[in-house]
Amino acid sequence: MSACLEINNLSAVLANGQRVLRSVSLAVQPGEVRALVGESGAGKTMIGKAVLGVLPSSVRVVEGDMKLEGEDLGRLQPKARRTLIGARTALIPQDPLTALNPSRRIGPQMTDRLVRILGWSGDKADRRIRQLLDEVQIRDPDRVLRSYPHELSGGMRQRVLIAAAFAAEPRLIVADEPTTALDVTVQKQILLLIAELQREHGTAILFVTHDLGVVAKISQKVSVLYAGKVVEEADTTALFTAPQHPYTRALMAATPRYTDPLASLKPVDETVLRGLAAEIATADQAWRRPHG
Amino acid sequence: MDDARIIRRRLSPRLWLAGGWLLLALLAAIFAPLIAPQDPLAQDLMLERLPPFWLDGAEPGYWLGTDSLGRDLFSRLIFGGRIAFIVAFAAAIAACLVGSTLGLIAGYFGGWADRIISRIVDIWMAFPPVLFAILLVAVLGTGLSSVILAIAIIDWTRFCRVIRAEAMGQSRMDYVENARIAGYGRIGIMLREVLPNVLPSIVALLSLEMGIAVIVEAILSFVNLSISTDDPTWGGIIAEGRLSIHQAWWVLVFPLITLILTVLSFSQFGEALKARFDPVLR
Amino acid sequence: MLLQRFLIRLLTMLVTLFGVAVVVFVVIRIAPGDPIAMMLPPGATDADIARLRALYGLDKTIVEQFFIWLSGVVRGDFGTSISLRQDVLGLVFNRLPATLELAIVALVMAVALGGTTAILGARERGTAVEAGIDIASGAALSIPDFLWGLVLILLFGVLVPIFDISGRVSPQLDLPFVTQFYFFESLLRLRFDLTWDLLKHMLMPAVALALPLAAIISQLLKQSLKEVLDLDYVVLARVKGFSETQVILREALKNAALPTLTLVGVQFTFLIGGTVIVERLFSYEGLGNMAIDAVINRDLPLIQGIVLVFALLFVLINLTVDMMYALLNPRLRHG
Repeated sequence: MSACLEINNLSAVLANGQRVLRSVSLAVQPGEVRALVGESGAGKTMIGKAVLGVLPSSVRVVEGDMKLEGEDLGRLQPKARRTLIGARTALIPQDPLTALNPSRRIGPQMTDRLVRILGWSGDKADRRIRQLLDEVQIRDPDRVLRSYPHELSGGMRQRVLIAAAFAAEPRLIVADEPTTALDVTVQKQILLLIAELQREHGTAILFVTHDLGVVAKISQKVSVLYAGKVVEEADTTALFTAPQHPYTRALMAATPRYTDPLASLKPVDETVLRGLAAEIATADQAWRRPHG
Repeated sequence: MDDARIIRRRLSPRLWLAGGWLLLALLAAIFAPLIAPQDPLAQDLMLERLPPFWLDGAEPGYWLGTDSLGRDLFSRLIFGGRIAFIVAFAAAIAACLVGSTLGLIAGYFGGWADRIISRIVDIWMAFPPVLFAILLVAVLGTGLSSVILAIAIIDWTRFCRVIRAEAMGQSRMDYVENARIAGYGRIGIMLREVLPNVLPSIVALLSLEMGIAVIVEAILSFVNLSISTDDPTWGGIIAEGRLSIHQAWWVLVFPLITLILTVLSFSQFGEALKARFDPVLR
Repeated sequence: MLLQRFLIRLLTMLVTLFGVAVVVFVVIRIAPGDPIAMMLPPGATDADIARLRALYGLDKTIVEQFFIWLSGVVRGDFGTSISLRQDVLGLVFNRLPATLELAIVALVMAVALGGTTAILGARERGTAVEAGIDIASGAALSIPDFLWGLVLILLFGVLVPIFDISGRVSPQLDLPFVTQFYFFESLLRLRFDLTWDLLKHMLMPAVALALPLAAIISQLLKQSLKEVLDLDYVVLARVKGFSETQVILREALKNAALPTLTLVGVQFTFLIGGTVIVERLFSYEGLGNMAIDAVINRDLPLIQGIVLVFALLFVLINLTVDMMYALLNPRLRHG
């Protein structure tokens, strides 16, 4: 059985030639939650965007391939690729405030993929959406579907976006820091909701986050990123019990615990950062040689 | 900062092209009596509708041909430039002084001053500008000063609207607040802190307005309402060219090219200057 | 909230119109030269002049004259044209449709051209296509309608004479129209032969008026489209599988059009202001052309009437745009 998502040796550069992704490889098995963890700027969001084909125009993929259920995305025609991504993947965005079109009602925004890309009938799409709204514990679907985004709270909007993401039964969902923009009290509910829907639907998730606490709760596998490079990859339990890379250890030490928020908190160590810089420099040199 | 430098470098050629044409036209206008090969008013029915120099039937000394009264087109064009530039500078500066001052006051002081000035601007904006200009010149009587006055009376609102909005934005900035806390007077702050920051916009608008003044003068002389003397004007030549368009197209083409280049240059020159002096971009 | 906004706008609109009436009245009265003397044949006696002055109310003080005139205006009586000896309101309504037709056709052209180039430029952002659109719109914007009119006369009136360069309709044609909206009425009556003749006269002045507005629409709309296209909900739409054109049309256009709309309102009034000289240029028998004749003939009642009608048109357009903005913006619509 092939992996749900397979990324091999993916490198991307900015217009000025600076590398933002450094030979990234990772695989997500069907039904598995893979966390991508790292500090901001580590390129974790970039990987999600590359998979979905929505990289900003300033970023260019220069090497590597991505396979979605065995289909090589790079070899498909743009239209076929778009349709495949639309049918098999979904995105739970970071900021629910900006991820819904302010001038369109919620209903059509949730059903448009089902009707216009997947060719469902309006009735079928409507029934499906109501079912999903029920799953995300929205009890007054009529009102919500008729609302404009600004009439809903941030938590409600994120529920709507989660429901829309699961509606078409995608094989893979990219969740791009889906709780970061929310209030702390809402964060936990949303996280639990995603975990629950993931279990019920058996959807694979590429979960982008900077929060190791979130990683521990939701994922089975983790890739730790630094400066666009995967520095460690492991089962979640293995990573937390025995982190291998010094950066991972430092990252853990810098994460507050609920039980004792300040006790073990310390910033990433200088020597760790120097070691990382050297590691990256060596990797870049090795990469530049064949690429001029 | 890198981005700003790229923009500036890219804008430079248009600054030089636009400035170059304006300088050339201005010099030609200033030294018109020395440059003009013919008397711009001299009529010669033997020489009527001569074509420009590259066509059959052209006469040496009449490079761009003649109009239906046998007057030399090139000489008329450079003499017409004198009136165009006088109107452009005088009217634009007058409109700029009035409009910028009122705009600064309205934007910086707000309150009643702003309400009254904005209401007047609203009223002014409800006039069709060309009709307003024609009406004013008809009322004030034809002549150079009437044309200048009419353009200034109409177009001060252009400065007022832009400068008001910018001054309003500036006056909310922290540095203005700081100056107020430091005990500087309101007018002092307006002139020392706000004015320099809106100056790039004023300069750009001033240049743009000069181009507009040239057009309005051409329109006024096109409807025969500009200056009453026989002095050649670009709009007057165009009116003459419009009438004899099927017999002598060049009488329309050359003043039209001159006008287009001049208007384009004024607006591009202003934009380029603004990009160059804008403190944010620099 | 919408109603309140509407009423406030209506009130400021009336204040503006009153201001226009005062300004135009004052400007005209300070004019040197006696319009009455110009109306009479040489050799008219002082008694004749006095009688005529009384007839037009010119023997009263300027404030009295103003309020006599204003109370007439409010009742729909704009006075009698001095040069044409006809009711001003009748003359204005006779010419206004021609100008409105021209302005509306120009507006439609400007929106179509500006909108298409904006969408194309936004879709092809960062390419040579966008650079080309930028240069073209920059030139179209910097050159005013008067000069575009002259360029078009030279190109399509003289060089390749496919359009008529003067008038509104060929004089030999038999016109069955009951309204003055010839163009629209010919469409409704399915008299496409007449439509074509009218269009041949109207096309060049309309294009001259449309080009600067099209350029503004193109620049503003492209800019705001590009801003909207970076937003999360647009990214989400791309992930859903929609093509870039679909994304622009379905998700981005409406939100990007809102900021453009307000400016287009003001710019449309500039376009109508431009009809004055463009109509003159193409000898098009509209209100603007008549206005210039009125000024040259010092026809005070007619000038006042025309200026007021223009001003009314301008404030109505601004009011409409303001209301459209409020209606299209869901945030304003729902409090």
